[in-house]
Amino acid sequence: MEAALRRVFDSDLWWSFTRSPVVVLSAVVALVCILGALLAPLIAPHNPFDLASLNLSDAFKPPAWDAEGEGLYPLGTDDQGRDVLSAIMYGARVSLLVGFSATIFAMLLGVLVGLLAGYGGGFSDAVLMRIADIQLTFPSILIALLVDGVVRAALPREVHDQIALFVVIFAIGISEWPKFARTVRGSTLVERNKEYVQAARVIGVPSWRIMLSHVLPNVLGPVLVVATLNLALAILSEATLSFLGVGVPPTQPSLGTLIRIGNDFLMSGEWWITIFPGVALIVMVLSVNLLGDWLRDALNPKLR
Amino acid sequence: MGRLLLAAMLAMWGFAGIAGAQTVRWAASGDPNTLDPHSQNVGTVAMVLQQIYDPLIARTPELRLAPGLALRWEQQEPTRWRFWLRPGVRFHEGQEFTAEDVVFSLARALAPTSNFGIYVDTVERAQVVEPLVVDIVLKRPDPILPNKLASVFMMSRAWAEAHNATRPQNTRAREEMFTVRNANGTGAFRLAAREPDVRTVMQRNRNWWGWQEPASREANIQELVFRPIAADATRIAALLSGEVDFVLDPPLQDLARLRAAQGIRVLEGPEVRTIFLAMDVDRSELLYSDVRGRNPFRDLRVRQALYHAIDIQAIHRTTMRGQSAVTGTLFPEQVNGYAHEEDVRLPFDAERARSLLAAAGYPQGFQVTLDCPNNRYINDEQICQAVAAMWSRIGVRTQVNAMPLAPFFAKIQRDDTSVYLLGWGVPTLDALYSFQSLLASRNGEQGDGIWNYGRYSNPRMDALVQRMKTESGAGRMAAIREALHLYREDVPHIPLHHQMIPWAMRTSLAIPHMANNQPYFRWARMN
Amino acid sequence: MFSFIASRVLQAIPVMLAVALISFAMFAYVGDPIAIMLGQDFTEAQRARLVEELGLDQPFWVQFAHFIVNAIQGEFGLSYRLSRPVAQLIGERAPATLELAFCAAFLALLVGVPMGVYTGLYRHSWLSRFFLTFSLIGVSLPTFLIGILLILIFSVWLGLLPSFGRGDVVQLGWWSTGFLTLSGIKALILPSITLGLFQLTLIMRLVRAEMLEVLRTDYIKFARARGLSNRAVNFGHALKNTLVPVITIVGLQLGALIAFAIVTETVFQWPGMGLLFIQSVGAADIPVMAAYLMMIAAVFVGINLIVDLLYYAVDPRLRVGRGGH
Repeated sequence: MEAALRRVFDSDLWWSFTRSPVVVLSAVVALVCILGALLAPLIAPHNPFDLASLNLSDAFKPPAWDAEGEGLYPLGTDDQGRDVLSAIMYGARVSLLVGFSATIFAMLLGVLVGLLAGYGGGFSDAVLMRIADIQLTFPSILIALLVDGVVRAALPREVHDQIALFVVIFAIGISEWPKFARTVRGSTLVERNKEYVQAARVIGVPSWRIMLSHVLPNVLGPVLVVATLNLALAILSEATLSFLGVGVPPTQPSLGTLIRIGNDFLMSGEWWITIFPGVALIVMVLSVNLLGDWLRDALNPKLR
Repeated sequence: MGRLLLAAMLAMWGFAGIAGAQTVRWAASGDPNTLDPHSQNVGTVAMVLQQIYDPLIARTPELRLAPGLALRWEQQEPTRWRFWLRPGVRFHEGQEFTAEDVVFSLARALAPTSNFGIYVDTVERAQVVEPLVVDIVLKRPDPILPNKLASVFMMSRAWAEAHNATRPQNTRAREEMFTVRNANGTGAFRLAAREPDVRTVMQRNRNWWGWQEPASREANIQELVFRPIAADATRIAALLSGEVDFVLDPPLQDLARLRAAQGIRVLEGPEVRTIFLAMDVDRSELLYSDVRGRNPFRDLRVRQALYHAIDIQAIHRTTMRGQSAVTGTLFPEQVNGYAHEEDVRLPFDAERARSLLAAAGYPQGFQVTLDCPNNRYINDEQICQAVAAMWSRIGVRTQVNAMPLAPFFAKIQRDDTSVYLLGWGVPTLDALYSFQSLLASRNGEQGDGIWNYGRYSNPRMDALVQRMKTESGAGRMAAIREALHLYREDVPHIPLHHQMIPWAMRTSLAIPHMANNQPYFRWARMN
Repeated sequence: MFSFIASRVLQAIPVMLAVALISFAMFAYVGDPIAIMLGQDFTEAQRARLVEELGLDQPFWVQFAHFIVNAIQGEFGLSYRLSRPVAQLIGERAPATLELAFCAAFLALLVGVPMGVYTGLYRHSWLSRFFLTFSLIGVSLPTFLIGILLILIFSVWLGLLPSFGRGDVVQLGWWSTGFLTLSGIKALILPSITLGLFQLTLIMRLVRAEMLEVLRTDYIKFARARGLSNRAVNFGHALKNTLVPVITIVGLQLGALIAFAIVTETVFQWPGMGLLFIQSVGAADIPVMAAYLMMIAAVFVGINLIVDLLYYAVDPRLRVGRGGH
């Protein structure tokens, strides 16, 4: 265990990480966001979605530092009396949940397809990559809209709301898998022709084993970069879908939902309802993007 | 060169939105989806059409009846009314207005695909007596025929026949109906240009018969440009930046800002539209609740409990920003039949609510889903959320199911609901319209209970509605009064408030505020 | 060569059919157009009659088959919401979206390419760092938030630019353009920036990456060794080679712009196809939604095809046969 930790801290990766204060800062911010979101039910000052605890008379309170604000609601309240800070924590939770799940789903699917295409070659390669190419020409937002719309239309409203979260994750994931597939396929093709793989085949190691234990570890680097950048994209996609009104259900609002609700009040003076969730969203996505950028540069052998 | 520069500058100013005087650029969130006068009975369509078309009987700024295209009318027999028409009226394209056009228009309003059937439901047919005299023959006596006719626009028969538009809607045809984008009325303004979802331009009709009427003498609007702007924030931004002069439906949260802004005025007034909650009081088990084997809404105590749980003043202050007229009755005072003594609410009392629930056998409360539109009434979704929170406080854990108007109507019209929010307008300004549609038992008769999706059914109420249909004078008013009292006793609905609709405009524009939320630019003046 | 084109075209057909099926099936279940068309007061008899007229009571496959046959002829029926032919509606809105997309792409190229070149050439200057930070923020902002903020700043606070609509447009035959009036051009600015920002950052990063790649190649080193000026090297050789992939990406992204315009058009009330689509979704206007999806699919497949053909023409390796991937 100690040896492994020492390996990590001695590695080039760690060195390049600590070298840039911006990257360290963004990693810290991202960590704070994730923890805050995960622990929201425990550490949020209020539960904004427990209807029985809301008080309409507390609505539209400005942030605590304003003359009319209250310490009870540090970032103010929205039109139903919900605490904005708590809403952001719960909302970030949903945004991150959807973002991570969609990315992982896309990654798993994309890696699988990419391995099969790259390793299998020939017909399967042509078909799978053709599908990926065709899908890549469509913007992911449209595909997500489409998938969400189909399910939404096919199921009665109540059932849809229960599974809406999964539908959104599925929709965004489905729209993002081709990028993973292409990357993995490219790397797999390279690896496949290497001697150690050919040697393994000669010995008789089954294909799937070769893919998993030999090829996969070598393609993980680029996959990780794509995953990090896609995470940011997934979070933004979810925010856009929720803003348009076709994302997560209203019982589990994400940051995008909060921005949509608050947008109506932005120019009438109750700016905090939309600006704070907007800032939270930007900060989260920005830190993920910075990490992704750093990772890509750090793992790119040509830039060393 | 100097002239060119001047012209360029003037053009720029023009494009920058500083319009010539007496052009009113007006915006609202919805766009009429057709210009056919008998096709859609919806406020967004009426607001443009009533600039262009006239009915036989007009309304004054106080919403009272006045001569329109008919100068006077008389009930000659119980089922025959005679109308004397205004002479010398021409349609915008030149056709003379005669009794033929009245007969044609009423027949068109009676057509199966017309949406205006409710206003001519008692009409059997119309007959030409003389070129300027027409008789309307009824199926049964109708004391409020004039009120209804005030909503039926008159079209030119010759024009409609020439353009193949004798039916209000022709869905079988592949081509669009001529009347969807074209109009030819007798009204104060003529249609100059129509780009759906973008803008509609109307110009003053110098030959309009009404310019000498008292309300219009000061009116000087030459041109109307209507632009739909759906996004709340954008609509207000346009008013503040000078791109529009009049906004029909400014969002409530921006009113304070608008009142404080230079050169902008907010005109407030009531609308004849009442917001209420209706409950399924018919089923033996609710569709969207966790109670098995019985329907909590069938118990009067439960309905009263939910009524007591609502802190309407908090909703008035916070959600509606003071822009609502709290009420305990079915319709506001502008409607014929309003009784002040019956406009009393059950007071806000959460303790009483809880004890009523317990007495009814629900000490732990129960779960229910509230269906709600989110793009039709002012702050409809927010009202539902506030109500849901208040009900949850007393133990009735409520989930709000908000959706756009189209699926909402589809849902409740299938009776697929347990409790829903509705906003009810009264275009005839008479009590019968509300009672008949909302509270009469649904028995297949045209108009009876067609909007009664809680399926409230009380023989006493049905008898009273029947009296409203047939009696007149003091007897009828007594029936209405009794029905209002029954409405309070039985609590089929929980009334909330009448909408107030603020209009926002430049201070240079003067226009009377109308409780039917219709801007009559024929009475407007731009200084 | 012919077989190449033919195979690509043949592959496009199942894609179009799948999209048609999805769009038709999906929207066959959304909302109730009857309520929209008939409004508040109608009887069961009226409803039944309208259902029969519209053919809504026939089996799914029959309706779908009718749909396909009509779609091929460009006939999508009448919009439920506006009672007008759908093809006409889309045709009226297309110029607005296309002009917007074009402006956004133009802006993105105009600003993105020079920024990318600069940050590629002068990696460590402070201006480069500024550009890169700016691009990072641009990528992290959702489109709708950008639009909202721009309206707040330039329309409400400063009053410089319009916050909605296209301004005055000039009708040139079938096309309506906003380029010929001052108000039209002013109205194009904020939406184009909103729509194009994401593109801009993408292009900038792409150009930068390509520049960095190319500058490291051998032939650049040789050119420098030969004594060519920096300018000749950078612009003459390096830039030329970065532009090919950039142009391709822009071409592919043009389709994305048309789709992303949905959000921008919603925020700015831009009367284009995207806004029409969203309005139709809200009003359960099946014909318009189906037609929009089909058209977008056709555009994407078409662009894809053209790009493929261009690659074929440009890259000799493809002509020889498979391999080289």
